[in-house]
Parts: sequence; C-alpha cells; structure tokens
Amino acid sequence: METKAFQKIYTKLTQVTKATCSLKASGIGYEEMAIVHGRLAQVVKIIGEDVTLQIFSGTEGIPTNAEVIFLGRPPVLKVGEELSGRFFNAYGDPIDGRPPIEGEERQIGGPSVNPVRRMQPSEFIPTGIAGIDLNNALVTGQKIPFFADPDQPYNQVMAMVALRADADKIILGGMGLTNDDYLYYKNVFENAGALDRIISFVNTTENPPVERILVPDMALTAAEYFAVDKHQKVLVLLTDMTLYADALSIVSNRMDQIPSKDSMPGSLYSDLAKIYEKAVQFPDGGSITIIAVTTLSGGDITHAIPDNTGYITEGQLFLRKDTDIGKVIVDPFRSLSRLKQLVIGKKTRADHPQVMNAAIRLYADAANAKTKQENGFDLTDYDDRTLKFAKDYSDKLLAIDVNIEVDKMLETSWNLFNEHFEPAEVGIKQEFVDQYWPKN
Amino acid sequence: MEKTIKMTKGTVAGIIANLVFVEVDGPVQQNEICYIDLEGTKLMAEVIKIVGTQAYVQVFESTRGLKVNHTVEFTGHMLEVTLGPGILSKNYDGLQNDLDKMDGVFLKRGEHTNPLEDDKKWEFKPIAKAGDVLEAGGWLGEVKENWMPHKIMVPFKFEGKYTVKSVASAGEYTILDNIAVVTDEKGKDINLTMTQKWPVKLAIKAYTEKPRPFKLLETGVRVIDTLNPIAEGGTGFIPGPFGTGKTVLQHALSKQAEADMIIVAACGERANEVVEIFTEFPELDDPRTGRKLMERTTIIANTSNMPVAAREASVYTAMTLGEYYRAMGLKVLLLADSTSRWAQALREMSNRMEELPGQDAFPMDLPAIISNFYSRAGFTYLSNGETGSITFIGTVSPAGGNLKEPVTESTKKAARCFYALSQQRADSKRYPAIDALESYSKYAEYPELIEYFRANIDPDWPEKIGLARDILIRSREVAEQINILGDDGVPVEYHDRFWKGEVIDFVILQQDAFDKTDASTPLERQKYMLNWVLDIYHTKFSFESFEEVGTFFKRVINQMKQMNYSEYNSDKFKQNEKELNTLIEERKIA
Repeated sequence: METKAFQKIYTKLTQVTKATCSLKASGIGYEEMAIVHGRLAQVVKIIGEDVTLQIFSGTEGIPTNAEVIFLGRPPVLKVGEELSGRFFNAYGDPIDGRPPIEGEERQIGGPSVNPVRRMQPSEFIPTGIAGIDLNNALVTGQKIPFFADPDQPYNQVMAMVALRADADKIILGGMGLTNDDYLYYKNVFENAGALDRIISFVNTTENPPVERILVPDMALTAAEYFAVDKHQKVLVLLTDMTLYADALSIVSNRMDQIPSKDSMPGSLYSDLAKIYEKAVQFPDGGSITIIAVTTLSGGDITHAIPDNTGYITEGQLFLRKDTDIGKVIVDPFRSLSRLKQLVIGKKTRADHPQVMNAAIRLYADAANAKTKQENGFDLTDYDDRTLKFAKDYSDKLLAIDVNIEVDKMLETSWNLFNEHFEPAEVGIKQEFVDQYWPKN
Repeated sequence: MEKTIKMTKGTVAGIIANLVFVEVDGPVQQNEICYIDLEGTKLMAEVIKIVGTQAYVQVFESTRGLKVNHTVEFTGHMLEVTLGPGILSKNYDGLQNDLDKMDGVFLKRGEHTNPLEDDKKWEFKPIAKAGDVLEAGGWLGEVKENWMPHKIMVPFKFEGKYTVKSVASAGEYTILDNIAVVTDEKGKDINLTMTQKWPVKLAIKAYTEKPRPFKLLETGVRVIDTLNPIAEGGTGFIPGPFGTGKTVLQHALSKQAEADMIIVAACGERANEVVEIFTEFPELDDPRTGRKLMERTTIIANTSNMPVAAREASVYTAMTLGEYYRAMGLKVLLLADSTSRWAQALREMSNRMEELPGQDAFPMDLPAIISNFYSRAGFTYLSNGETGSITFIGTVSPAGGNLKEPVTESTKKAARCFYALSQQRADSKRYPAIDALESYSKYAEYPELIEYFRANIDPDWPEKIGLARDILIRSREVAEQINILGDDGVPVEYHDRFWKGEVIDFVILQQDAFDKTDASTPLERQKYMLNWVLDIYHTKFSFESFEEVGTFFKRVINQMKQMNYSEYNSDKFKQNEKELNTLIEERKIA
C-alpha cells in the first residue's frame, strides 16, 4: 500500500459506523481509494466537504483521530505475464509469500465492451463430463453458474472442468471460500502441474466479508488483460457468488438503503450483470468464459440471488444426487446451456442434437414411469425398459465422474438405445439411425 | 423555440453513485440535459429533481473520479434524438450514439457519436409544392432509405400552420442541405433540412386521430395470430420466468411480423443476445420483401452491463424513433426486452433519492410511468389521410417467476394482450411456451376486429376460435381427472376428449421456431390447419381401449406435424394430408 511524501494526512473523523467513516476533505474523487488507520477504504459518498468512506475490513477499533490518506486513484490491479501462477488477496496483494508483481496498473471494474465489437460465441469447450458436453455444451464467451446446494461437490466439479477445459489461463475468484476449499483448489492445481496458467484471487471465510466485493472485479481485470491484450482464451471461476451478493446486502444495509426482494439491494441485477457480462468472445480469438457457483438455500431458485442470476447468465447447471446409482449427476431436466445450439451438431457430430434430445425424452419417460410406480399403477413393458435405460444413462453418462470424448458419449448413447429400445421408440431421424444404430 | 439566452452553469456539490447534486447559477428545467466536465471528459446527465439552487442529476455514465467543484454546463433542452434518413439498420445505444462509429473495444466515457451521416447524399423527391399549407409532420418530400420511402417532414416542434414557399427539386442532397423554405403565420421564412430533433420523453402527436385498433397484425406465430391475436397499433406483453423462451419468441416476432419497420430495444438484457441479432439479421431474408432483415431493423442496445440510467432513456429513444416512422405512414413494430430492467433502473434511482418506496421498493409512480409509455403506441390517421401505426410488445421478467410483482401487475393494466409463458410448458419442451388459455387478447373482443375477422379470414372465425379454446379447456380438465383416477379409471371417451385437445396443442399451439417452414405460418395456412383440427374434433372414432386412443392420436399428430413441416400445398404437404385422411378413415364412425 503505497503512500507518497507530499500527501495530505487527515486525522479527524466526524462519524464512524459499522462499515463506514466520514470526514471533511476536499478535492476527493468519487470511488477513490484511501487508507484509514492502515486499512483500505473507498469513497462511496461525497456531499460538499463531507466524504464517506467504506472500509473493507470493517471499522472495529478505528478511533476518531485515525490517520486518513487518500491515494488519488480508484482500485487498481497490476497486470502482466507475471500474474500467472500467483495467489492474491482481494486487494491484489500476493498471499503466496512471493514479492509483489511489477506491471501496468489497470483500474478494476472498467468499462463494458461495445456490443458491436463482440463476436457470436462459437467455440466448443469440451470438459469430458457428459452431463455437460452432451446435454449442456459450454461455449467460449459464455457465462454459466452451477446452482447447487451447499452440500454438493460443486468446487470439485468446477476444478475438474477448469483443468480439462482447453484454456490458456484459468482465473479463480474465491469469495468466502473456506480455508479447506482454498487449499483443495491449490492442491488440485499444483498436482495437475497447471499452476503456471492459474491465477487466484482469494477471500476466505477468515477475511472480512465486505472485501469480497473486490474479488470478481480483480479476477476479471486480470482476465481482460489476457483476453484483450494477449488474445488468450481465459476461463474465470467465481465461487461463491451467493456470498458475494450477501456482502453487497451487508454494505447496502449499512448505508441505510431500502432493501428490495429478500433483503437484497435494489441494484442486485445490475451489480451481477456487470460481472457476468464481462464474458465475451472477441473476433481476434481472445475470450472470457465465466463459470460460477451460486449456492441455493434448499434448492429455492426463486430467491433473489439465483433468480437475478438466471436472467443474466446463459443457462445454469444443476447437480443432483441420484440415489439409484449413488452418484452425483448433472440434472438433465433443470440444467440448460443457452449457447449449446451454437456448437452442437456443428462443432460436434451431426447426430449430437438428436441423440441428446432422444435420450432426455426417454429419461423423462422414465421419470413418469417412476411416478406411476410410486402411485401404485401397473407398469407397462415400455415403462420397465425406460427405468432400466435411465439407470444406465445416469451411471454411464450423467454421473460427474465420467470423463470421455464427445464421440464416445454419442456412441455410448447409441449403445444404450440399442440395448433397451427399438429404433421407432427412440424417434431419431432415419439417416442417423442407419448410420449409427449398432448392428447386432 | 430556439432562444439564445445565456446557458445555466453549475458546479458539482455532491456525489452518490450516479446521482450528482449540482449547485446552479440560473434557471434549470426538469429533465434538462447537462454535461459534467470531468477533467475534459463530458459526462451526460439528466435533471431529475430540483431543490432550491440544487439540481439533482442522474449521470448516464460512471462517475468514478468525479470531484466536488467540477463544472457543469446545462443545455436548455431535454434528452433529444436526431431524426432523419439513416436511422434504419443502425445499432444505437440508449442515447442514440451510433455504436459502430465508436473507436476501440471498450465503451469510453463521454464519447458521443453522430447518429446520422452528415455527408451522405440522399436521392430526394419533392412531395409538397409551393403554396401548400402544412402543419408539423406534414410531408415535404421523400428519400429512399434502404427500400423504404422516408418522408421528410415539417419539424414536429413547429406549432401552427406553415405555407410552403419552395421545395428543392429532385436530386441528391445531404441531410444538412436546405430542402425547403416554409413561411410561418407571422410571415417569417424558415429554412428546413432533412433532419430535426425531438425530446424523447414527449410523445410526437403529428396525427389527427388515434382510433381503436381494428386490423390484425400478422406475426406468423399461430398461438398468437389464431388464439390471441394482436392488432396493428396494439400493445402486448410477455411475462415469463427465465428459460421459458421470451427472447426466442421476441426474435421470432422481429423476424416474421408483417411490419415495415422493426425497432428492437434490448434494454438491460444479455449482450450475446444482441450480438445474435447483429450477426443473423444482416444474413436473414425478410420473407415479405426478399431484402435482408437488417434493412428494416434498428437496434437500440443498452445491455445489462451498460450504464443503468441510460436504460430508461433507451426505451424512450426507441419509442420516439417509432413515432417518427409512424408519422411517415409506416407500420412499425417495437419490441422491448425487457421492461422490468427499465423499472429496476427507476428503482435504483428512487432509492438513491431516498423517496418513500412503493411495493418491492419500486417508485410509487411506476404504474403511471408504464401506462403512459404503453399509451404512446397506437394506430393513427395522419393529416393527409394516410395511416401509420406502432405495435408495441414488451417482455417482463418477473422476479422469481411470480406474476403478482409490481412490474407485471402495472403492465397488465396497460397492455391489451397478455402472453403468459408457462414454466411447465417450457419444461415439457412445448414451444412456444405461451399458455394459450392463461393468455388473452382484449382485441379479440373488439367488435371492429371481429368484423375484420369475419370479412378477411372466415365468416365463422370468432366462433371457431371460441370452440378451439373450449376444446383445450375440456382437454385440460380431463387430463387432471385421468391423473387422479388412472388411465383405466375413466371411460374411454375421456381419453378421446383429452387427445382431441392434444391435437390442437401439438398442431396449432406448438411451433418450431428453428424450422424454416414451420417458423412462420401465414394466416391462410393457419385457417386451413385450424379447420383441420376442428374437423377431427367433430369426427367420431371408435376405440376398444384407452391404449388405442393414445396410439391413434399420436399417429394423427405426427402426420399433421409433417404437414406443418412441409411447404404449404406442396406435393409433400398433399401427400401427408392424403395419409392423414387414410389414417382417419381407419377409425372413423360413418
């Protein structure tokens, strides 16, 4: 945290609240950074000479004669190739015991991309997980969250996706990560030997919650550097966005703003959109893809956080424990990738869309059969076969421990169709049936 | 109008996010535009409240780095758009900056670009002649914009009557050249060019009469045209939870609707969806003219990450452009996705101003603002007897999919058509996911429109639609009973009744937006298929067991879907129809 010799030092606070302090000062820019009693703070309100500062780490122990130094700049991150392989806190300061990086200072939370300079996303990101690649293919420039209950292994799945995805850089933005999860990510990345293409900005549960607000902007500023300046494919992982939104509501509450739905700030939609809309495909090959986690409480997607997220992101992925096979699967009904149409059957084999739809339809038939069974109605022969199919489908394709190529996923699907059904029951275009239906 | 008085100046006195307090040295007006000088960057802002010598302004851009005592210049006018040839095919932001003219990958603060081209030559043809007496909106001449006749009009700001003194002869002119001289009632001559300005918050009233809508606007979407028709000059809205296909439906309307001009206001939604329009519309053919779709389209893009305050401006900008083209005697379709985002922008600002909140923290006057906006659409007679219209369809994104929230409720009071997207239909992949029974069109009850249907579609059309609805309702009732009692717990005829509703659902309501032929169905064909499903309803079939009913109707549906997929009256269509007849004969009771 730099200070300069000629800077004016203020020593008289006029007001201190739980998250903010105020003082009389002049010539201060909006959103300018300051150091209050050794803690980083940002200008959130100026009325005449009264300047209100939000102190990220809280105001505990701040005296009215605290030293306040204004830094004359908004929050910045130093960017450069050196970022690779490093771990930073929410302020962009190293936490890996290595020296700070030298590089160009960039303001975080910068302007948005001109929509006419974007390109339509069109590059498939294979992950090896069939629940994703087969049914909900991801595309570069997409933004998509996992909607997961806190007990689900979303961090593991995300780490897996990150390592398998063919990205030049992976940027982890951890908000309210438990220390255990933080170490988990660190280990996984290290063991995979991928550390040199990974950059992490981490706020753990040990850090003050309000600091989290800076994490997505830090991560995305780094991402923009690699995507725009270096034309690289960047994958950004944000976990957990629910804790980010919670931090926003803490701040707005302490600033006496009127809460809207679920005590979230009225600007929640815009706040989340500013982050997610950084996902972009540029014509010159650079791209930013965002995979995030939004934890749900009791699977409730009508809560303001998942609800606003759903309107912003291009689909969502749901994990679910399938008790029939005892594994976690990617739920084919509730998951959706809005951009999959841009790649399936185009960047993948032509039968992909039809195979995907047929399998999901049969899986839905199985769900109906199951309801019938539970309500005590008799099952037909077809019902029995769909149930058997569903179990195999879940085990061989939907389970998150699957790691195969798309062609193999399609082949597996065709084999399952053959095992349980007649071609007429599957309802796929005849030309594909002729070509791919296994010959017994 | 144009007074040259000393412009008011001011200095920044306080800043809370994009709400800035400005100490002013002279008169200011509500909604006046001002520019804040942030060390050379001019930030555009709008006055939203005035207290004593302090003006509260909402800044359309980020206020990062703004300081107390920065200077502010007031412009003396409200937020205006520039009207003139060159608007078609443009991609504007919410403040009518031409996005294509901006440099660099990122949007820069304070960068304002010319919405039109000052040096482009247009082929002008005079319409008015010396001696004609015109009012605001009167046609002086026209230029060809893409393929459309773009009328050059007496500026909308002009009050009273104007006598044409001269009009330029046919030839090539730029928008800044003088193309006419008119004389006002006091005998003063005024030089006119092809361009004029208009404040977006005010409606352009260059028409003589705004009758109740009385004509159908064809959209090619069966569940709309047949069951819940929207009138030319009408208003409608589409609320739906995320993932139910609002945007796909709006894109379908923008591609197929029978309109001369389409304005798409992407208001606070995903940037990639706008990119889809940018990418596809220049390639897609307009089925009516054979030209590219982009030639009749203007996009106002204020995506969710662009400045929040400009979101509100973007829908007004879009409406004003629509009114301009309506005054030329054109049929305009305006689509806004989504009006909820605009309401949220109002909420953010109201919150910062510490106004007492209404329901869900929205401002108290939200219903008034929404109904006032919707009322700007409509069918109009122009002073020269021609007609022009704006049909407006907005989407609403209800929080949590709950239709009882303030934006949906306020919109419901303002819009005459309601297209309810159902999560259940979306989940079962029955697209478009419009729930035909929940949805309504008040226009379908207008005597004017009922007459129009009888005269232009079928003398019994309203009765047929009523019957189709009844069949669907009965089918739904029976489905519930079957669910409770089990397949064999109800008489076989219940299954017959259920499946006859399913035939309408699959053949009329469901439509494949991604299939070339099925995506858009002309009215003639909609009528043909509706007659078919009603014939099937009236036909008595014999079945032994409930299994037979399902199997039979699945085959009927499949056969009719094949008809939907084939070109109307083509050999394939007729072949499928023949097979359908054979199929029906199998079980028909003579």
